[in-house]
Amino acid sequence: MKDYKLFDRNTEAVIYGYQRNAIQRMLDFDYVSSREKPSVTAIVNPTALKGGLHKAFMGEKELLIPIYPTIADVMKNHSTIETMVNFASFRSAFPTTMEALDYDQLRVISVIAEGMPERYAKEVTAKAKKIGGKILIGPATVGGIVAGAFKIGNTGGMLDNIVESKLHRSGSVGFVSKSGGLSNEANNIIGRNTDGLYEGVAIGGDRYPFSTLTDHLFRYEANPEIKMIVALGEVGGEDEYKIVAALKEGRITKPLVMWNIGTCAGIFKTEVQFGHAGARADKAAETATAKNEALREAGAIVPDSFENYDVVIKETFDKLVADGKHKPIPLTEAPAMPMDYAKALKEKVIRRPRNFVATISDDSGDELAYGGPYDSERSMTISDVFKNEIGIGGVISLLWFKKLLPPWATKFLEMAVMITADHGAAVSGAHNAIVTARAGKDLISCIVSGMLTIGPRFGGAVHGAAKHFSEASDAKKTPLQFVTDMKKAGINIPGIGHLVKSVQNPDQRVTLMKEYAKKNFPSTEVLDYALKVEEVTTSKRNNLIMNVDGCIGILFIDMMRSSGEFTAEEMQQVLDLEGLNSLFILGRTIGMMGHVFDQKRLKQPLYRHPMDDILYY
Amino acid sequence: MAQRGIREFYGKRMLAKYLPEYLGGSFGYEGEIALVDEKTNWDTLVKENPWLKTKPLVAKPDQLFGKRGKHGLLLIDKNLDEVRKWIGERMNKETKVGKITDSLTHFIIEPLVKHEEEYYLAIKSNVTGDTIYFSTKGGMDIESVWDTVSEIDVPASTDIETIDVAAKLPAELDDKKKKLVSKYIKGLYKYYADLHFAYLEINPFAMSGDNIFPLDMVARLDDTALYECVEKWGETDFPPPFGRVMSKEEAYIKSLDEKTGASLKLTLINPEGRIWTLVAGGGASVIYADTIADLGKAEEIANYGEYSGDPNKEMTYEYTKTLLDLMTRTKHPKGKVLLIGGGIANFTDIAKTFTGIIQALNDYKDKLKENNVKIYVRRGGPNYKEGLRLMRELGETLGVPIEVYGPETHMTKIVSLGLEEN
Repeated sequence: MKDYKLFDRNTEAVIYGYQRNAIQRMLDFDYVSSREKPSVTAIVNPTALKGGLHKAFMGEKELLIPIYPTIADVMKNHSTIETMVNFASFRSAFPTTMEALDYDQLRVISVIAEGMPERYAKEVTAKAKKIGGKILIGPATVGGIVAGAFKIGNTGGMLDNIVESKLHRSGSVGFVSKSGGLSNEANNIIGRNTDGLYEGVAIGGDRYPFSTLTDHLFRYEANPEIKMIVALGEVGGEDEYKIVAALKEGRITKPLVMWNIGTCAGIFKTEVQFGHAGARADKAAETATAKNEALREAGAIVPDSFENYDVVIKETFDKLVADGKHKPIPLTEAPAMPMDYAKALKEKVIRRPRNFVATISDDSGDELAYGGPYDSERSMTISDVFKNEIGIGGVISLLWFKKLLPPWATKFLEMAVMITADHGAAVSGAHNAIVTARAGKDLISCIVSGMLTIGPRFGGAVHGAAKHFSEASDAKKTPLQFVTDMKKAGINIPGIGHLVKSVQNPDQRVTLMKEYAKKNFPSTEVLDYALKVEEVTTSKRNNLIMNVDGCIGILFIDMMRSSGEFTAEEMQQVLDLEGLNSLFILGRTIGMMGHVFDQKRLKQPLYRHPMDDILYY
Repeated sequence: MAQRGIREFYGKRMLAKYLPEYLGGSFGYEGEIALVDEKTNWDTLVKENPWLKTKPLVAKPDQLFGKRGKHGLLLIDKNLDEVRKWIGERMNKETKVGKITDSLTHFIIEPLVKHEEEYYLAIKSNVTGDTIYFSTKGGMDIESVWDTVSEIDVPASTDIETIDVAAKLPAELDDKKKKLVSKYIKGLYKYYADLHFAYLEINPFAMSGDNIFPLDMVARLDDTALYECVEKWGETDFPPPFGRVMSKEEAYIKSLDEKTGASLKLTLINPEGRIWTLVAGGGASVIYADTIADLGKAEEIANYGEYSGDPNKEMTYEYTKTLLDLMTRTKHPKGKVLLIGGGIANFTDIAKTFTGIIQALNDYKDKLKENNVKIYVRRGGPNYKEGLRLMRELGETLGVPIEVYGPETHMTKIVSLGLEEN
């Protein structure tokens, strides 16, 4: 490639820094420019120690771009790469740029980061000069673009703007500015008033940019495809005087339209630092007005204000054409860009049925919400969960029933979880968890092993008691009739009977719950019925008392009914969905985890059941 | 992010603390210096700096301006009571320095140093590296004796030890002095480079035997190097230049600016001015101000400012509200002009930023009418069509005329439209 050229339609780049959006924007530009090959050949991601592949689009086609942890790896594998777009942070921009300079194949290096210390920027420049043949752009810039050929990172903004400014094909104007923020505007002005941009570079607003306005003007002067030059300077620094000298010496002969911004600096009382680090006049010659004067005098085309920048650009271009020095390059249409799915969805251009529905919580809003979609009546944000101190019972209520039950009810749910949390090591759930823990398995295997025993015989009485007692009470059966019917059907009444506890030696857990319900529930209809049933059963045998499972199940029904928050259908649904077993499962998981931790802390060996305890028959 | 001046106090303290590392030993200056502001507790100050009671003292303001002797702001050879009285008389008093008036808020006190020679030394950053300036004619206006100054260029990435500094020093120094001065220059340069100074001027610096004392010092640091120098810079701050007094509103916008990743800037130029700008982007905001000035209306510019970096709706709302509040305080017989301008944004969602602006305009509906305000809008970028539509729609309900333009219209066209028609 000729020295004066930055890039062409075959230029391949390595992107330093995993900048997904910038990479896609470069590839989108490649597509509308009808490039044959993508401009991004490799990516350096210093945190991806093992490398990887990045998936991106070129038009509607997908491609995989290799990711490497170091620049050296890229150089070893891709001899065709000629340029690096350096997105490293202001901290690492210096060492990575110095490293990149060591590779002969990297002719052009652009540094995007803002805030590289000035001393380091000068060291980069000094090294590049010593090596020779390098073109550096930056630091603190969006980069630059060669129309229809190659785009540095995010230059040019959104794709529709790029196409509107005719950047998808080559024009004949070379543009250079300090500011990257104004380059879109300049591209727009040039696109509207000439046959379009050939190349545009923003050197960056720092005090000591790697390359200067003049450096690029000389390249434009040398490039026969560039017919006129447009530049935008600013207050501060003296680079513009090199242009003045070059004009006077006849080293720039192409028409040059230039304006320096910051002519207003005089209106401020104290020195003003505009946005750019270099944009400060330390002496009279550095003011924008002085520079505009000097350039005008040296033969540049300088408007009397930015207001006429577009007018003089148009006049200059039209004159080139009128004088027969240039034939305008026709506008070609850019291939239509397939729209991104996410964008199309956002703009409501397409619709798609969702594969999943979720109605109990929402993490898509500003804050996690329980109970329903964020913003909805029934949901509560996580901060309100704590502000209102709804407790674990309130959280259960929101996530299981999509409504916040009154405090007396959520307190009951908490009580049930606490009471069912553990029942010693002998019951099947804890036993299985212990045996599994002793077999050296992980926590989740142990818990699942214990949990899988929960069912009709273990913990299942909660559900059974709720079902049978509520049905019998609703059917207005007398307690005696209920007991008789169950006996006839050959069903042990769920929730009745205890191995060791009896009327004389009541189960404290049941007593606690009964007392709580009597004191706090608006009504305890099913409990009252069950207590009468208990009178019948205990008259037969004194350990046929209401047990803890029965009590939870029965009170759960009373809670739902007297809260007034559930319709009959909803209550049935809770039963059908094993809503009652869920309380037992939740509570008991706490205990099972305790047993697993316990066994592991005690370093218990593999359990082997004693042979003499097995009847081989 | 740029070169920024630091107080002499911090400059000298840093020098005393770190220069020995680069000289390979002490240089006689102990950093005896005290900073006084309105909150200073003199008892504590004296306890921390016992020399205040025993030595003859020098005092002067420390607010980034020089030539303090010339402006009658230098007190020499006085005792602590006299210094205290002198500072007390000047603290928080509006003072005119050259053309600029501001309050004096910071003073430094140092011991008076008896010395033999006064030299001039400066190191300045330039595009290819740094230049060291040295003269034996220190202590006076150096510009008047510039022909006595030796210049030593140190190109970027050059080890100062490879430069024969002594050979470039003024001939009137004898060999022994040359060697000594050269040692100090090399040490100072290393210190300057390592701590990312952009400018360091010691004028004069006094020599007494083998020791040197910085009598007066001006320094600028490259603040982008904070990440490397945070430890050595210590408490060093970057005070605003003398004369930049911030209004309540400017301070509020500055506080918003510091709170977000976006950029919000506001400088009031002339609160009575008729032309107000609400411009997106650093470069564009300068161009709008330029164009108003270029069209001969500099005296009517009320403010300079910009918002950029994709501020959210709340931020543009707060920013606009502050501006509209200032704008509608005093009526002008010819009415006022509000320019809502900007170039073509890269990635900022125009409709989103405009929503905040529109909300504020609605809040100030009546005041805008009372003040006979006319609004001109020009903007491009992502979602600009929707943004401009919202503005046009507002024009129908606000009761204040709004003209709306997009990228098809030259960026500053609304300046001439606004100025010509009004």
